[in-house]
Amino acid sequence: MLNINKTRDGGKLCVALEGRLDTTTAPELEASLKEELDTVNELIIDLAKLEYISSAGLRVLLAAQKAMMKQGSMVVTNPNDVISEIFEVTGFSTILTIE
Amino acid sequence: MKTLTVKAKVHNLSRVLAFINKELDSAGCSKKSTFQIDVAVEELFVNIASYAYAPGSGDVTISISISEDPAVAEITFLDAGVPYDPVSKSDPDVTLDAEKRTIGGLGIFMVKQSMDELLYDRRDDLNITTIRKKI
Repeated sequence: MLNINKTRDGGKLCVALEGRLDTTTAPELEASLKEELDTVNELIIDLAKLEYISSAGLRVLLAAQKAMMKQGSMVVTNPNDVISEIFEVTGFSTILTIE
Repeated sequence: MKTLTVKAKVHNLSRVLAFINKELDSAGCSKKSTFQIDVAVEELFVNIASYAYAPGSGDVTISISISEDPAVAEITFLDAGVPYDPVSKSDPDVTLDAEKRTIGGLGIFMVKQSMDELLYDRRDDLNITTIRKKI
């Protein structure tokens, strides 16, 4: 179960995730980002209410990061402790900008 | 020991995790260990669902037993698909920058990092993949 709450302000898009970002829900986020990423230059992904992430979720974050490096910036905010640890172990803490 | 047999299809992931989490819950497993075991189970199950029987289909049997003192969860995956040894899979380079990073191999790497043990055996044309973790 994943809720995706998007807030758009000009070229800035904030995506707040709630629930689980796993193999079954990652395609929903991928499709949701694809809808409007072309016209975004500032992407914020808020993980405050995200409880769980697996490699399928990391794959979508990496793809978004690669896209945003060409057209603006991406920031990931508020990961919980266990998700932060996953970012550390996988080296994502150095390729993502985490605040 | 509790056992569940399902079709090795990605849409069964939530069923598999519900089965595992019920046992972890009743053993009083911490939230953090539950999270890490969920990730490991997802990565191994999705691998089997994606590759073991492709392009056909088949079953996977998952069993869980939890010992007391020390409390250790042991989860085993049995499938009759193509031989696949996750233990011998080489680790991805997690120091590369975003441009050069790919996601291949990351799931198994996460399993190796978060579990105390990842074991593989091939017996009677079956893949037997086991994870163990103190909870």
